[in-house]
Amino acid sequence: MSSLWPLIQNETIKIVKRKRFYVILLVLLVLVPMFTYAQMKSAERSRDKFNSDWRLELQQRITDNESSLSSDRIPDEWKRYRMIFIQQMRYYLEHDVNPNEPNGVTFTREFMNNSISLFIPLMIMAIASDIVSGERTTGTIKMLLTRPVKRWKVLLSKLVALLMFISLIVVSAYIIAYLVSGLAFGYAGFNLPIFTGFTIVGSEVDMSTVQAVPQWKYLLMQGGLVWYVGVCVGMLAFMVSVLVRSTAASIVIMMAALIAGNILTNMASAWNSAKYLFMVNLNLTDYLAGNLPPIEGMTLNFSLIVLAVWAALAILVSFSVFTRRDILN
Amino acid sequence: MNGKSSEVVLSVEHVKKKIGRKWIIHDVTFDVRAGEIFGFLGPNGAGKTTTIRMLVDLIKPTSGMIKVSGYDVNRQQEQALRYVGSIVENPEMYSFLTGWENLEHFARMQKGVDQARITEVVDLVGMNRRIHDKVSTYSLGMRQRLGIAQALLGRPKLLILDEPTNGLDPKGIKEMRQFIQRLAAEGLAVFVSSHLLSEIQLLCDRVAIISSGRILAVGEVEELISGSSDLVIWDLQPAAKGKQILEQLEACQVVEHPEEELDDGILAGMSSDAIVTRMQEHATSRTVERLVREGIEIRAVHRINPTLEQLFLQMTEGENIE
Repeated sequence: MSSLWPLIQNETIKIVKRKRFYVILLVLLVLVPMFTYAQMKSAERSRDKFNSDWRLELQQRITDNESSLSSDRIPDEWKRYRMIFIQQMRYYLEHDVNPNEPNGVTFTREFMNNSISLFIPLMIMAIASDIVSGERTTGTIKMLLTRPVKRWKVLLSKLVALLMFISLIVVSAYIIAYLVSGLAFGYAGFNLPIFTGFTIVGSEVDMSTVQAVPQWKYLLMQGGLVWYVGVCVGMLAFMVSVLVRSTAASIVIMMAALIAGNILTNMASAWNSAKYLFMVNLNLTDYLAGNLPPIEGMTLNFSLIVLAVWAALAILVSFSVFTRRDILN
Repeated sequence: MNGKSSEVVLSVEHVKKKIGRKWIIHDVTFDVRAGEIFGFLGPNGAGKTTTIRMLVDLIKPTSGMIKVSGYDVNRQQEQALRYVGSIVENPEMYSFLTGWENLEHFARMQKGVDQARITEVVDLVGMNRRIHDKVSTYSLGMRQRLGIAQALLGRPKLLILDEPTNGLDPKGIKEMRQFIQRLAAEGLAVFVSSHLLSEIQLLCDRVAIISSGRILAVGEVEELISGSSDLVIWDLQPAAKGKQILEQLEACQVVEHPEEELDDGILAGMSSDAIVTRMQEHATSRTVERLVREGIEIRAVHRINPTLEQLFLQMTEGENIE
């Protein structure tokens, strides 16, 4: 009967007029300069120490990590992590490439690597968490659902609007990070070679599949993964928003899940079945950079599938609950 | 107003609702016809809002059928709800949008509602001056009017209003009443819920009375409510002597605690030494005669409505006898 387009238009207007998106942009505009400044300070310090010779600096870091390997006080997992790090740094050194050359593009890449599991999901939650529960808290859900429109269409329009804003958030994060950090580090660096394709076998890194890609290409691949994580987290927040009436509760539930994920990533390597939890699979960009996964047996494909299954279940639950539920208040 | 020949716009047949293990609504049946104002009277917690929510598909009935213009509300929402405009409980609109933006929002959810129609309903509820202000700045009365505007957007055949005069001042209540009557005169079926007997009497043609999820009676307002009153207020001078005489009369019982039997609105208008009695209509004139003969000055005599609780008492008693 009625088409979906005007409904999506409605949802978009509501998100914009609620000024949530502006808040997100504002948060980015405040935080990114802070990170940029911190990065600038650390770059200055290493420049003083190593006389702007990045090879010296990298060599120093390799030696530092190597010496810590012989210490008994360091847990085995950390040792594995450091061994892998050492091998990668050596690879960069051998190929005469500075992995941390300070420029706007490198900063953006590092910033997004660190944002994927908590910061970006958090901003997505700012919109997703009250997209349905907000209507219930204010009572406007009654107005919305007494129209001659099927409930699944109402929900679908909200889902589509959310997907649009997730994409917008990811793109804005990239643009703001690049523009702001460029002021400090310069806007160059798109063609810098970045190595990817490290395969980790036990504590060894298999270099046979490593290839150098220009940083812009790396950024695109990374962006795709960030978007994928954003969409999956968005779907879960959407489901919680359908299930819980209060927006505050909805935000707390998702926050708890995300933070639990961050904690588990750091300590759950012994609990093998934890790898099926969505929140330990959020660091997709680590696979790209060749970092050690939090739990053995996790690969990029594994994480992509786990996230997809969670997201699909979330959508299924959202729609079946929303279309059937009695709106009592 | 209109006879039984008018089209049945809303038909509710044997609707029941169970929430959890509890039956909230037991077997509700009634029809609402085009051009009539149908009252839905009951105390708070009787199941009025639950029933209204079922009428607009916010709640699905456990059993029974609700049809609007022949379409099943729960199975053919898109067809049925096209003919329904409603305010369920408070008119909650998006407070971060302007009144106009709210109307545009709801207009997009329905076919055939264009800018001209929005202007038309804004005119109708008299909101031209403030329609481009944010809803968060509106008074309750204005929100109520905006609520009615959104309900009328789709040119409905049935208007459902849940306690429409709640929170309005006396002038607002009067305006609202006239407005609803005008809409009904144009052929709209209006369904109004209320817990106030007087409001239903002033506004409605027919009424269904509901208590604890059961319909006690459905019928013309005159038959059900106005005829059932047996309370009379006497304003006599000297009051003490007048009361004595009234107490002696067999046809008439003096009510010792009128505050338990009367609505606040009536109590407030009563003088402090007024006497309330319970008596049949035909006994009134004889009583007046007697008082005059005894030299009592009669300042006022008037028959008043019982409270909702009394009406229920009468109705349930009636059921028991049958």
